[in-house]
Amino acid sequence: MTQTQDLDGVELLEQLGKTGDGKSPQGCMQCGLCAASCPLGDVMEFPPRKLILQAGADHLDQVLASPAIWMCVGCYTCSLRCPRDIELADRLWPALRDQAMQRGFQPPAELQETFQNVFKYGNVLGKSPRQRLDWAKDLDVRVLDLSKEPRPVEVLWLVGCYPSYYPRNQAVTRAFARILTELGVTWGVLGAKEKAVGECDRMFGEEGLFETLVEENRKLLDRLDFDKIVTLDPHAFRALQNFYPRFGAWYPVQHATMFLAERLDKLRPLVVKPIEATVTYHDNCCVGRRAGCYDPPRSLLGLIPGLKLVEMARSRENALCCGGGGGGMWLDAHIVAHGGRRLSDLRIAQAAQTGAGVLAVSCPYELSRFEDAAKVAGLEGRLAVRDVVELLAESMDLGERSAS
Amino acid sequence: MNLVVVVRQVPDLIEPLEVSASGTALDYETASFVVNETDDHALEQALLLKESGGGTVTVVALDYGEVDNTLYTAAAKGADRIVKIARADDTPPSPAASAAAYAQAIQPLGPELVLVGIQAHDELDGVVPPLLAARLGMPYVGVIRGVKRGPEPGAVSVCKEFPGAVMARLSVRLPAVLGILGAEQPPRYVPVSRIRAAMKTAKFDEVAGAAPPPASRVEVCRLYPPPSGARAEMLSGTESELAARIAEILAEKGLLK
Amino acid sequence: MSASDVLVLAEIQREALADITHELLTAARSMAAATGGEAVVVALAPDGSRFAPALGAADRIVLVDDPRLAAYAPGPYLAALEAVVAAERPRAVLIGATSIGWDLAPMLAARLDAPLVTGCKEIRVEGGALGVTASFCGGKMMAEARVAQSPAVLMVLPGSFRPATESGKAVVERRTSPVPLEAGPVRFEEFILPEAGDVDITQQDILVAVGRGIQQKDNLELAEELARTLGGAVCASRPVVDQGWLPPTRQVGKSGMTVKPKLYLAFGISGAPEHQEGMKASDLIIAVNTDPRAPIFDVAHYGAQIDALELLPALVEAVQARKG
Repeated sequence: MTQTQDLDGVELLEQLGKTGDGKSPQGCMQCGLCAASCPLGDVMEFPPRKLILQAGADHLDQVLASPAIWMCVGCYTCSLRCPRDIELADRLWPALRDQAMQRGFQPPAELQETFQNVFKYGNVLGKSPRQRLDWAKDLDVRVLDLSKEPRPVEVLWLVGCYPSYYPRNQAVTRAFARILTELGVTWGVLGAKEKAVGECDRMFGEEGLFETLVEENRKLLDRLDFDKIVTLDPHAFRALQNFYPRFGAWYPVQHATMFLAERLDKLRPLVVKPIEATVTYHDNCCVGRRAGCYDPPRSLLGLIPGLKLVEMARSRENALCCGGGGGGMWLDAHIVAHGGRRLSDLRIAQAAQTGAGVLAVSCPYELSRFEDAAKVAGLEGRLAVRDVVELLAESMDLGERSAS
Repeated sequence: MNLVVVVRQVPDLIEPLEVSASGTALDYETASFVVNETDDHALEQALLLKESGGGTVTVVALDYGEVDNTLYTAAAKGADRIVKIARADDTPPSPAASAAAYAQAIQPLGPELVLVGIQAHDELDGVVPPLLAARLGMPYVGVIRGVKRGPEPGAVSVCKEFPGAVMARLSVRLPAVLGILGAEQPPRYVPVSRIRAAMKTAKFDEVAGAAPPPASRVEVCRLYPPPSGARAEMLSGTESELAARIAEILAEKGLLK
Repeated sequence: MSASDVLVLAEIQREALADITHELLTAARSMAAATGGEAVVVALAPDGSRFAPALGAADRIVLVDDPRLAAYAPGPYLAALEAVVAAERPRAVLIGATSIGWDLAPMLAARLDAPLVTGCKEIRVEGGALGVTASFCGGKMMAEARVAQSPAVLMVLPGSFRPATESGKAVVERRTSPVPLEAGPVRFEEFILPEAGDVDITQQDILVAVGRGIQQKDNLELAEELARTLGGAVCASRPVVDQGWLPPTRQVGKSGMTVKPKLYLAFGISGAPEHQEGMKASDLIIAVNTDPRAPIFDVAHYGAQIDALELLPALVEAVQARKG
């Protein structure tokens, strides 16, 4: 942990130029592409361009005191658009938030609670670690708990917080377990020992918490024998691929859609049940815009007989974020209180415009965000929200079964 | 102001509580511990008092559970001194024994104000803050939300919570012990990097525990989790039948006034 | 005055007798019937005789008249109570788990070196001892305990006993405190009443909560009317607040308020985990929803599968009828 508490704005920008990816924020030419393309830029007191300008002009304290620094939801649009390759989303914003907390500015209350949950329980939901495997109760396939039986496996599946605990997500989790088993892959999970990967904590500037998680996760992962990590959570994918290596922790990692899309030939004979539906796909930000990986989920949807895929006007690198990324899940109240809106509400309208009956997603946050948005928009019953993995499992006749 | 805060560990209620083999005590072996919530508020209130008018905050804790994490967090938040009271085993002592141990550790500190959370949820046969006040020979008042200095020197003004969002403002001449229900603002968030730094630098003053007081006169015969209300009792009937039944339930529970 | 009497501390809050007093009298009457003693109520207040007519369930009503007891302060209250207990030497002293009770019960027990049990919900006389069922650990654990020593100080959870309706002998004894009452280091200054602004739902005993099932803003009035009838306030789940039908101060759940009222009536709320988080600690939850699988029924004590809009007016009528 670098001690940055006494830095002024210029020194902070200088230091950022020396660490991590991208180029120094001091190279900013104030073109404003970032602010203009930010989905919340219009309501931020300091959108990215202005953040750099004011921090550089030694108004760091004003910047740190602003509610704006807690409004970025990590969609990476600014990072992608920046002609100077400044890594705004995952370097500038986290650094400012870290500074703010070091200087005693309090993050929004919901976020504090999330940090505390992760620190205390190792998951964002504040659930008992002993209930991590509750999703697998009465499951019809075997779940190998590597923390108890450390056998070599091809896939170490990091299940993630929402997929482990959140009832709506657990259905997707079980579907993925069945698919992995059906594919004949050897796989295991970390059970009660699994902890949050820490992406949202890192994005929110909780550097100390993130470092703690990296240390603890490394201790566990380094003892195990696996070919790759697979996760349903694009945020965990992003953190493991990009943030962990900065601590010397390098693990091969794939998002579930990438892993499955490499096995299209094996999957093709297994998709036996048609799904007669018009489906539109929402690109999540970490696997989509940030990693540039747009085709795997679409190729999986394309396998399913009967399914008709339509695109939203804004898709792939132009997809509008659901607003839940980088800790945004816990910022809705803060953002709305400061003149913003939930991006999921805008996005659901874009999905509805396609005329699709199903909005397919591939990020654990999106299920609840979009289901909620559909309720608010009065689209319930007309626009269903399904995970790609869930649709695939259904077509493979591996869908959720009743207890009988 | 010389402020002392008592911080206790309690079994975390997110885990199902278990009963020991004897059937008469909580099974602390299977429990995980967290800081007692109202004690966390007591610490916040002490820090606010210190920040508003100077002084020192000394945190006193018995050594069991996850106490070190709690104490490092307290240090990171701004506690000036930390006193850890040694214990022979790793379970929470009875309220009477806790009060005796805290009193012995606190007396030599010569505090002007002792702040303790109004309740630790695993207490059954005692309430620590008034017991501690009795042992320290100090006045006590509890169910406090908010403490301010003054109006005259050597006194504080406190708000005691009553039902219906009514507060009573009381003046308290020091020294005194207060049972805190809530601080003037929620306990502050301190970034984990600060806690990690405190782990490297914070020093605890370790003191010996007190001789245990006589055994409790309350004999626990049996502990058991309350019957589960996992699913609602479903009422049926037409809307007027349902309405009448609900009104009857409300009347039975004394909710119609 | 006998070692088989049961003494109740009357709780007077801002010049009014609180309900807990009548609940404690029910417990005291049934205990006294078993011990062969009397149910004695102690009222600490100047001119306490005005409360005597409402305390008819007691066999004796001990009034300690003293100007120092005009408003609550722990010093004089404790001294006066201790003097009465010393004179009466009862089997047990019952005190409500209220703002005053949380001070006086443990302080009295400490002064008398008497056993104390918190969170009492049931009390039985078992031969020479008292059997107590108490709740602790945030209601997640129950304890059955025996107390042999007299007097026992029992702190009773409000709502554990029905309010007393029986009549006792109701002999009034007016006393002056045998010890001079001194102001002490803790002095009452004033009451601060809630500001007339929006309702603080975290402070309400009764909440009528509405969700999407309420369908339109106009229907809120149905909930408002029920809340008025019950003496509570209206709160909501997120979709209702999002629509701008109620201010965010009324939102219950993850991004809103956490409430623990005595009664939470949920109308048309499905009960997502985010919502449950903010209300599941309520004492009594009654949920109304058309969907029998709505998760709200997992945390509710009672459920009704019906359209909230149909039930609301009927419930207003039924409550009004009961209140007479």
